[in-house]
Amino acid sequence: MKILILFSLFALYVFTDSVNVENSAGQFFSSGHTNNWAVLVCTSRFWFNYRHVANTLSVYRSVKRLGIPDSHIVLMLADDMACNHRNPKPATVFSHKNMELNVYGDDVEVDYRGYEVTVENFLRVLTGRLPPSTPRSKRLLSDDRSNILIYLTGHGGNGFLKFQDSEEISNVELADAFEQMWQKRRYNELLFIIDTCQGASMYERFYSPNIMALASSQVGEDSLSHQPDLAIGVHLMDRYTFYLLEFLEDIHPSSKTNMNDLFKVCPRSQCVSTPGHRTDLFLRNPGSVLITDFFGSVRKVEITTEVLNLTHPIQQAEESAVNGESHREVYSYVDQLPVSEIIHQKPKQKDWHPPDGFILGLWTLILLVFFKTYGVKHLKHIF
Amino acid sequence: MAAHRCSHLGCVLLLFLSIILVTPSQETNVGNEQHPGVADDPRAGAETKQTAEEPAADERRWEETEVKESQQQVSDTAELPPKLQAKEDFQEELVIRPLHSGDIYASFQFRTVWETDFMKGNKVSHYRLFPKSLGQVISKFSVRELHISFTQGYWRTMQWGQPFIPSPPGAELWVWFQDSVTDVDATWKELTNVLSGIFCASLNFIDSTNTLQPSASFKPLGIGNVTDHRFLRYATLPREIVCTENLTPWKKLLPCGSKAGLAVMLKSEKLFHSSFHSQSVHIRPVCQDWQCKSPSWELRQALNVVFDLHTSGQSKREWSLFKMFSRTLTEACPLASSSKIYIDITDNPQEEQFELSPATPLLSQAVVLGDRRTYSVYDLTQQVTFGTVRSLNLMIRWKSSEGDMLRPLLHAERYVAGYGLQTGEIHTLMYNNHPFRSFPVLLLESVPWYLRLYIHTLKVTSKGKDNNPSYIHYQPSKDRERPHLLEMLLQLPPHSVTEVTVQFERALLKWTEYTPDPNHGFYVGSSVISSLVPSTVAMDTNITMEQPLFSSFFPCKEESSYFVRVYTEPLLVNLPTPDFSMPYNVICLTCTVVAVGYGSLYNLLTRSFQIEEPNPGLAKRLANIIRRMRGVPPL
Repeated sequence: MKILILFSLFALYVFTDSVNVENSAGQFFSSGHTNNWAVLVCTSRFWFNYRHVANTLSVYRSVKRLGIPDSHIVLMLADDMACNHRNPKPATVFSHKNMELNVYGDDVEVDYRGYEVTVENFLRVLTGRLPPSTPRSKRLLSDDRSNILIYLTGHGGNGFLKFQDSEEISNVELADAFEQMWQKRRYNELLFIIDTCQGASMYERFYSPNIMALASSQVGEDSLSHQPDLAIGVHLMDRYTFYLLEFLEDIHPSSKTNMNDLFKVCPRSQCVSTPGHRTDLFLRNPGSVLITDFFGSVRKVEITTEVLNLTHPIQQAEESAVNGESHREVYSYVDQLPVSEIIHQKPKQKDWHPPDGFILGLWTLILLVFFKTYGVKHLKHIF
Repeated sequence: MAAHRCSHLGCVLLLFLSIILVTPSQETNVGNEQHPGVADDPRAGAETKQTAEEPAADERRWEETEVKESQQQVSDTAELPPKLQAKEDFQEELVIRPLHSGDIYASFQFRTVWETDFMKGNKVSHYRLFPKSLGQVISKFSVRELHISFTQGYWRTMQWGQPFIPSPPGAELWVWFQDSVTDVDATWKELTNVLSGIFCASLNFIDSTNTLQPSASFKPLGIGNVTDHRFLRYATLPREIVCTENLTPWKKLLPCGSKAGLAVMLKSEKLFHSSFHSQSVHIRPVCQDWQCKSPSWELRQALNVVFDLHTSGQSKREWSLFKMFSRTLTEACPLASSSKIYIDITDNPQEEQFELSPATPLLSQAVVLGDRRTYSVYDLTQQVTFGTVRSLNLMIRWKSSEGDMLRPLLHAERYVAGYGLQTGEIHTLMYNNHPFRSFPVLLLESVPWYLRLYIHTLKVTSKGKDNNPSYIHYQPSKDRERPHLLEMLLQLPPHSVTEVTVQFERALLKWTEYTPDPNHGFYVGSSVISSLVPSTVAMDTNITMEQPLFSSFFPCKEESSYFVRVYTEPLLVNLPTPDFSMPYNVICLTCTVVAVGYGSLYNLLTRSFQIEEPNPGLAKRLANIIRRMRGVPPL
């Protein structure tokens, strides 16, 4: 009798445990992505747009903290606020008044800065059509199993986002860029967050699959800033991103919070504007999408007990070659200002170019006048 | 879920015998291990971005295995450790010079010397102290010398004297390529793009409109026998901002990173809160020994910073390492063969001006910038330097504020004169403060193409009289292709001011060529003045002796003069800026005029008027319906 009870209890325990294992195994492989990328863009210039840089840097900070490395983040800041001469505390960008949190930090890598943040460069980064000499840190090298987080902030309007006070990107262009990315298999899933005035208009035109979009305000509403700091003299952050940062500070790499909690960030009472979201293009249920699917980084680890034998270190083979030729010329340092040499310097040998248009025209004129005056038949006397 | 449960129940029932044999705790362990495995690695991934720790830790580990291997296989690998250790050398030093105005000048230098040969196409595959990113850049682009600097602020020569390593405001890059390069311009373009990725700077804005090919300035600072200026390229970006994102990759190039040694003190909040901040990287081939038969490659990283007495919030004139850098030193970099701090005490022989604590018995004299200076030395490789508290916090306390500063023999100024947005004049002034000696200077001026210089108005005057340069090289600009280049070799008379003036006219740019903030103005890069200034003491011409790093940057060929490079201020000129809202205004106005004018005309011509019965009320309409039904005419 006792053995039967013991056996049934034991079987129940083992069975629930295996269901647990199956759950975690199922979750482990459900998202379908193998790497994470982030493209964070601040599009505003000038000191009074400090808050947009602070917005972008706080998302950068959260994304780095949750595991995405710098090599997988493309950070574009249109102006420099940290080392701006108006900043009373150089090399810092604060997100909260009383200077509690320095979102700039000590280890930041900005890939596109200043005048490089243009609509053209942004679209080229997204679609991957960059000149061949672009360094790796400026490229979005995503593949069809990458989850990409795209965050835009700045000044916007109904259907456009302003870049650097001189040009704008429209929602149609953005939707087409995402469609290009989908056709070229440059993303597995995309999370698009925008914090501008009338931000919802920017995601209205999306038509590619697997895109989830969040905006800080609806069409016709303005996104407002959070609070000014009297020492720095400008508004430090926008409301939506401020509450988003507060929400993200509670997330750690193994947390199970899902997108439905993200949609609840900053209700109307806190944000004054109504944040919106769009999930109709997304195939999975937002309740099953983890925050860390986009904000964190996936590292699939395989633990093995195999032993690998390392080969011998590479011998520097050219040692003997150098020693054999050591009896050749003696080097010396160059004279930094050789006055006599400079004075007697021969003029540079310039490559010979055929005469330019003006000279050709002048000579043609001279020849014409010559022939007209003297006539062609007289030439045979000369030549 | 229910179906899974049924299948699982069946599996469990079938396998429960084997499960009884295996302990239940093992299964739960496997299940739990998967979670921490996923959770820990993102955190580890975030931390491994800091490559600084790894070389130091790897270094120690690698050396241990070497010892074990050499014990096992004595014949081949016993030779490896001493040879490889002799090949690379890393030194770090910090020089602190108190300035006359109460400010303090700190200069860090980190030097890695590597006895290898990047030239002649040798494939280098094993990097230890020398950073791999720079080594690959040198071999891929066949670079002979590379000098890059990022500076915030302007060096005030009159108040601060001469810096150890001069640099202009903004970013400056000059490169000597090797003879084997066939297309220098294409290689230059690729090199600037790669460096912009390494240093997180917008160096990709360097193109043919701001690249120069000086014909006599910027001779190579390393060894070499041929100097064909076709392989030299020089560019400067005066608008470039320097901030933490440039300091971070610079620090990652150091062997110890910012974890140990002097680099621990490089914290951005303090470094950028200063009057002057400059960080530079210099790569050049140097002599291995006094015979100079083979080259070794030297990488120097220098960081110059001048802290201001008043902006750092101090009332008393007292400086310490903690006040300057908000850190104290606890150890030297383990990979460094020498790690020293030098404090300039030449003006303080009997400690009457300032007091230095903790006291140190080491003194050193060096001839630098034409003067013999005395330094107190703190050797960080000796444990005794750190004392009982195991940390070093140097303090310099002032007692009196007398004393004259040594006036620099050469300094320069530059400004734009004129009014309006049409024409202007550039004035460059060079001061020779030596009482009786005159010396030659080489002036390099580069002006962007949109300021059209009138070279026939070029005037050089010293002491009121004309001063004819002994060498002029002028390359005119081509619109949107290359800038003006003017190089002149002048002899500055003793105790005089030499003024170089040239007039210019401002061009109108195309609409798309304006920056997003054109009312800020456009920058003209600094002029470079290279000169051999007579020195008061004999300079040391033997480079390969053990010299402190700050005195061995510029090679010295003769004893009576030393080479110095002075940069002037960059200029900020306003170009005639159009009103960018005009296209919008014009479209609105034209459309309105056309709509109103044409619309009215069309209406006048085609509109005809008709009389219309007013709409009857509801009661009348009902009555009309009833009347129609009755057959009676409506109301």
